[in-house]
Amino acid sequence: MGKMQLIKDPYNLIITGVGGQGNVLGSRVLSDMLVTKGYYATIGETFGASQRGGSVMSHIRVSAKCTWSPQIPKRKADLIIALEPVEALRVLMIYGNHKVKVLANTRPIYPVGVIAGELDYPSLSEIKASVKELSSTSLFIDATDEAIKLGNSILANIIMIGAASQMLEFPIDRENFKDTILKTLPASKLDVNLKAFDLGASIMGQLPGRRQRKISE
Amino acid sequence: MSDLIDQNEEVQHLLMGNDAIARGALEAGVSVASGYPGTPSSEIIESLSRIARERNLYIEWSTNEKVALEVAAAASFANLRSLCAMKQNGVNVASDFLLHLGLSGTRGGMVLVTCDDPGALSSSNEGESRHFARMFEIPLLEPGDFQEAKEMTKWAFQLSEEIKNVVIVRSVTRVSHASGTVKFGKFSEAERHAEFKYDGLALDADIGPAESTPVGYKHRQQQEKIKKAREIFEESAFNTYLGPEKPELLIITSSAGNLYSLEAIRVLGIADRIGVLKLGTTWPLPPKLLKRYLFMTDKIMIVEEVLPFLEENVKILAAEQAKEIGVKTFYGKNDGTIPMAGELSPDLVISALDKVMGIDYIAMSPAYERKLELSTLTAIPDRERTFCSGCPHRASFWSIHNALQMDNRKGFVCGDIGCYAMARLPCGFSTTKTLHAMGSGAGLASGFGKLVQFGMDQPVLAVCGDSTFFHAVIPALINAVHHNSNITLVVLDNSGTAMTGFQSHPGLTVNAMGDKVPSIDIARICEAIGAKVEIKDPFDLEETRKTVNRLMGNDEGVKVLILQQACALSPERKHKTKYSMRIDETLCLGEKCGCNRLCTRIFRCPGLVWDKEKKKAKIDEVICVGCGVCSSICPVEAIKKEETAT
Repeated sequence: MGKMQLIKDPYNLIITGVGGQGNVLGSRVLSDMLVTKGYYATIGETFGASQRGGSVMSHIRVSAKCTWSPQIPKRKADLIIALEPVEALRVLMIYGNHKVKVLANTRPIYPVGVIAGELDYPSLSEIKASVKELSSTSLFIDATDEAIKLGNSILANIIMIGAASQMLEFPIDRENFKDTILKTLPASKLDVNLKAFDLGASIMGQLPGRRQRKISE
Repeated sequence: MSDLIDQNEEVQHLLMGNDAIARGALEAGVSVASGYPGTPSSEIIESLSRIARERNLYIEWSTNEKVALEVAAAASFANLRSLCAMKQNGVNVASDFLLHLGLSGTRGGMVLVTCDDPGALSSSNEGESRHFARMFEIPLLEPGDFQEAKEMTKWAFQLSEEIKNVVIVRSVTRVSHASGTVKFGKFSEAERHAEFKYDGLALDADIGPAESTPVGYKHRQQQEKIKKAREIFEESAFNTYLGPEKPELLIITSSAGNLYSLEAIRVLGIADRIGVLKLGTTWPLPPKLLKRYLFMTDKIMIVEEVLPFLEENVKILAAEQAKEIGVKTFYGKNDGTIPMAGELSPDLVISALDKVMGIDYIAMSPAYERKLELSTLTAIPDRERTFCSGCPHRASFWSIHNALQMDNRKGFVCGDIGCYAMARLPCGFSTTKTLHAMGSGAGLASGFGKLVQFGMDQPVLAVCGDSTFFHAVIPALINAVHHNSNITLVVLDNSGTAMTGFQSHPGLTVNAMGDKVPSIDIARICEAIGAKVEIKDPFDLEETRKTVNRLMGNDEGVKVLILQQACALSPERKHKTKYSMRIDETLCLGEKCGCNRLCTRIFRCPGLVWDKEKKKAKIDEVICVGCGVCSSICPVEAIKKEETAT
């Protein structure tokens, strides 16, 4: 399988969210798709204790040449996929730069400090404005709401990956996704995951100013 | 499902470092693997357990790390290849046996994998297991990336058989819990028959008894082994150099430090000025190899995690060879160029290189930094860790906390290791007041309970989980009963080693490989030891609170309360909603209620939130798992639970 040269090597992608949102699975799925295409991928992720309600961030390094460190240096993210809106900002504060692109879910998960009334959670419009200001492209989709319509909120991660497939500067496609899911999850879960992936891709096509890429070969 | 046993050598796999280690062991023909779960090491044994039947392996989650090491050593004594995996502080637990194992030596290749956690990303310490290698005179290998994690583990078995001693492979979180691209090799086809030969002469390492004595002879023999390892290391392909012939600065590094160093050099664009000597064999260091590279330049920087282990050992070699290689200037941990605590990152190596090379690196244009400063949202709400929605620990600590408040004698709880270590945080109502090693809560309580004669009149409690109970609490409990210490031990029994991913433990009926096994009953053990035992459901808040108060008030020795409720993420409870929860908005008095938002301000379940607009409590249906506990905390009974159909 011939691999394309990357627009930037290494390409630095961050998937961020909150423990329990399927961040780890999402990063594995996306990275596995790239590895089967012949790229080197490194995922650096923090989980274990941080799974319990904390922020969970996966750094994905994609390269046509070699294995890169599991931590992206400060200010060097190329794409941020945020499964939770405020987490996009948290990541931008450290890894953001003029060129970074952001794809974010709109559904908040309130930190306990917010639930307890000790901290404030910014409004979605405030978050959107800040993310826009701090990135070159920012897109927000209602991934969790769509996932609930599909029957399980956890599918938001796959909807986000489907959406990202329209945004990435390297080739991942539906067939590629299918192979990876078959390897990763029980076969009974394939259909609903494919639905979520397609849904993400089509939502992306409908966003203003975006042209839908062909999603099936 | 597992591609860990894929025989196709052409395909590249995306593998977690721990899986790469497991694959290396498989390719080496490992027969027995054991361990005790602990992040970031757990996936090694877990992955091997999933393919145990297909590859005819024996895989075990042992009661604790010391037993795990003994189980693996038995296999080695019977001429099988064996692996033992644990996290850094597990090596402390296993260390007494490890000291003696180093003296007796091994037969079938035996590898101890320790996964350290620099920065304590999921630990209550950032202990360094590398020092055990030097202290116990055992060879140490440190993989510098994912492919090497596989190759090195595989080779470690061969080395172990060559020198007839155990070999340590030391990984770290950013190797073990990161994933990367790995190409597979062939499986060993060698069939091994297990037999422990002991009839030979007492000093015969192959067919004599396996003993650490006579110490004089065995210790000298062990030192010959480590010398042999050092000779082998001189030629090892795991020690590599990248850089110019005459670098201005030589970086000597190991493990994840290798990837950080390479990244920092690329970011700064100084590859023509810096050399990187990546060492895979870090104890004993090969002196001739070091001499060759130290000769290249006068400035040396050591990049490693966490303590200056490599740094000190390199300095000793440099001092010994100073006459030939000249005087060197060292940069690293001891002179403060690199922080002495915490984990490293490419950025920390960049700033170290900045200092040493006099570079003024700016990560981002000042314009972007200004934008960040001006951003209206720099105060992003912190995400403090918390118990999951439906977690039995929240309910347990709610009751324990309330019991302590009602008792009002400044009673306290000694904490222990597990998710419930978070009980020191607001999510556990700041209930626990000590936190140390596995089983230390009960041990400390045993000691506190004997201070009455010095005037201490505070009630003493301790908590532990079910897996922790078996691992290290039993001796402490025996101690407390035997010495008539007046304490209450609460066992938070959530039916599994929940924090690390539901690995089996002696209290369960299924082992690591899925076989039915006899389970050991915690209550009966406690009774046999002589403690008074009660069992309750922590979701019954009032009954639990009352019981804690009653036990705390009883000053006759050791009381044990077992709170049984499965973890909300356990396979038996996950995706099963017992109750459908809702707020009756006609009953909720919102901010006018005298409770001062007890439900959200104090209870702090992520599934029960505050609706800012309506100023009333609200169930977040995406997060709530329907445990029903919150319905019993609302003073006006506005939180309604309804049993779901299934």
